[in-house]
Amino acid sequence: MACCQSRRKTPPPSAVHCRSWLLLAALCNLCWRGRRSSSFTIKPGLQTLMTLAIKEHEQHERLEKLKTLFGLPVNKAKLTSQRTRLKNQNGFHLCRLGREVYTFVSTSRMSGSLLNMFSKGTKRKFSDGDEEISDESLVGARVASSYSLQRQSLLDMSLIKLQLCHMLVEPNLCRSVLIANTVRQIQEEMTHDGSWHMVAEAFCSAGQSPSERLVATEVLCRSREQDAEPKLFSVISYEGCREEEVVADETLCSVSVSDTVSNVCLAGRIGQCWEKSELSGVERDEEALEDSRLGSGEDEEIDTKDRASTESPKTIGQVFGTFEIKNGSPGPDSALEELFSDVDTSYYDLDTMLTGMQSAPKMGPYDILDSLAPSHSSPSIVSTPNCRSDLNELDHIMEIIVGS
Amino acid sequence: LRFELETSKLNNCLIFLPFGYAADIISTVEFNYSGELLATGDKGGRVVIFQREQESKNRLLSRGEYNVYSTFQSHEPEFDYLKSLEIEEKINKIRWLPQQNAAHFLLSANDKTIKLWKISERDKRAEGYNLKDEDGRLRDPFRITTLRVPVLMPMDLMVEASPRRIFANAHTYHINSISVNSDYETYLSADDLRINLWHLEITDRSFNIVDIKPANMEELTEVITAAECHPHQCNVFVYSSSKGTIRLCDMRAAALCDRHSKFFEEPEDPSSRSFFSEIISSISDVKFSHSGRYMMTRDYLSVKVWDLNMENRPVETYQVHEYLRSKLCSLYENDCIFDKFECCWNGSDSAIMTGSYNNFFRMFDRNTRRDITLEASRENSKPRAMLKPRKVCTGGKRKKDEISVDSLDFNKKILHTAWHPKENVIAVAATNNLYIFQDKVN
Repeated sequence: MACCQSRRKTPPPSAVHCRSWLLLAALCNLCWRGRRSSSFTIKPGLQTLMTLAIKEHEQHERLEKLKTLFGLPVNKAKLTSQRTRLKNQNGFHLCRLGREVYTFVSTSRMSGSLLNMFSKGTKRKFSDGDEEISDESLVGARVASSYSLQRQSLLDMSLIKLQLCHMLVEPNLCRSVLIANTVRQIQEEMTHDGSWHMVAEAFCSAGQSPSERLVATEVLCRSREQDAEPKLFSVISYEGCREEEVVADETLCSVSVSDTVSNVCLAGRIGQCWEKSELSGVERDEEALEDSRLGSGEDEEIDTKDRASTESPKTIGQVFGTFEIKNGSPGPDSALEELFSDVDTSYYDLDTMLTGMQSAPKMGPYDILDSLAPSHSSPSIVSTPNCRSDLNELDHIMEIIVGS
Repeated sequence: LRFELETSKLNNCLIFLPFGYAADIISTVEFNYSGELLATGDKGGRVVIFQREQESKNRLLSRGEYNVYSTFQSHEPEFDYLKSLEIEEKINKIRWLPQQNAAHFLLSANDKTIKLWKISERDKRAEGYNLKDEDGRLRDPFRITTLRVPVLMPMDLMVEASPRRIFANAHTYHINSISVNSDYETYLSADDLRINLWHLEITDRSFNIVDIKPANMEELTEVITAAECHPHQCNVFVYSSSKGTIRLCDMRAAALCDRHSKFFEEPEDPSSRSFFSEIISSISDVKFSHSGRYMMTRDYLSVKVWDLNMENRPVETYQVHEYLRSKLCSLYENDCIFDKFECCWNGSDSAIMTGSYNNFFRMFDRNTRRDITLEASRENSKPRAMLKPRKVCTGGKRKKDEISVDSLDFNKKILHTAWHPKENVIAVAATNNLYIFQDKVN
């Protein structure tokens, strides 16, 4: 960390060098994981959700620290308010919608049926946390009917489940498929209701910070014209490679895409992504592979290739678009927009979720890392998802710096 | 087997034979064709085989007890270097081959590899070799003055297990079922997206007979959950899916059986539709009856018996734990909704059994339509004592001896059960304990 600070004032000479150095620094920083012990008295059933939220929060804090190194705007107020919210968690049911995005639904506001659903038969204290309900969540809870809330919570839970992956063992394909189908179903229904469209609109914002917007456009650009039959989950690819990697790493990654189909490219980041998720089709067309993985980004750094698969309604882009929504959006529903503040979309790619690819190696940065700092072995096996997702964040930050 | 529903007594009561062996979670249980041997596989890749003692003349009322016959490590954990992922050594399925000589053969499968094991006994040993001593040291040839013929001497029984065939590298996805064909020469293995047909003698290749992998993995919405060969017709097999459908295929029709011969699906009841409908309709196990006329499928909340001649609905449906229907969201949250319960027939196809939570297991008599819930636990059963039936109270006033739904322990689940092919002996695996119950006739 000392190195970082000394370099803060003087930008290093070459972009690549800077980037690699930054990544080294990031790796150092991120690998030190100071665990804040958080003791919350919440119901056991929500423990996993809470732990995840806390982890994400810690990641976010680290990332914010890194951002400050480069003078990027950091939402400090948001940070502290989140911390407060997390600490006052008694009696809250945490609905996690994305990284750094939390919906706090007070249990006292939930309908009876919802209570039963989540409480597993044990009674909750009615008065807990009443006064601590933040304004945003209060308004949010009032806006949605109990059924919509229930549905939304189910969607959140499903998406979280898809994210939680096993580091070393492949995730259960049957379970992933069933959860994905459930998400599809919810989304279909929400689309037909029109509620999804409204929610998505609220989140589209013009005032996103550059790094997030980069990702946002990329994801939104995945969407094609709406199909007659909504196949809502084209973005759920079981391929296990994240689109952002393609966006960000194109300049850095020297691995050609054509290697992807081969089985043995450990050096090839994409290839390894494919093989790591055994759900990927090795025998898949190289053409199709390139199309689906690269064609979706409209980022100027990507060579223009053919566009991605034909199916993919706008709603899909909106599904994942919501998780990229930033604050300051002049949406119609101010309550909802406040709910969804800074989100790091890079963490929230369903591709990786379904295949348990949170530990997906971003070989782009790692290629550089490995070449420049062999001692910093970042084995794809043991690296943590935190490292990788934050490194990807860093990629975006670097793009901004390099690009500007 | 008669089940009395009064809580106080049972005419045919079940004796509890306590077993517990070291400590790994049991992942599969299977009797062999005669019922003399019972094989269990666990999460650590070990196989433990129990053998039934010969009936003792002294104790008239007792049947033979099952004792440990052989233990061996079937699979080891592996690491797939290409994908940087571990391959678990957990035994997913064990299937016995019919006995053709003195040795016993079984197939054991983990996620990726199937092995054929030969279990043989050795109770004699040759003594009196010319070239080596009794302790195995080579004798000095110049010191040998006479020749002798080795003789066979009895020794303590030793049971050896040796791997005879290893069928590997044929499955990209996790193997969920293996099934020996009635021709006793071939068997099938099924993973999430493909089914392969093997010959028991040939390990370096297999036929792919079903492939439901879509060209675009993004379109994947359905996986194979179980598969089984027909007990008498060697060309027929079925496979079930995560959408609650069963397909029966005839291998004579085509080399690749992507098109089914029969398609079994019960139309959904629109009144009970929820977001979890698809998940709870996913079939976790499919078993043919011994007669070959019926098949049974287990989904999350029920067991259904199908007549192979009628595809549009099952002939019988038994609710296993309908009281969980209102708890589906919690069960989804804690992942219990994805538990894969197995089911089994008794020898005469008159009763079926399956497991539930809280170490409960359920038996249904198909003729009388009665059912019974029993518990496999040490505390509530003493050896040789009758098992008393349990009841789950769904709401309102809880009667004495009933258990309320909210106090069920969802960590204690009985996923694997087996029924002796000829007698009323059942094996129930409760996490890391194996319980064997016998029907005692007064």
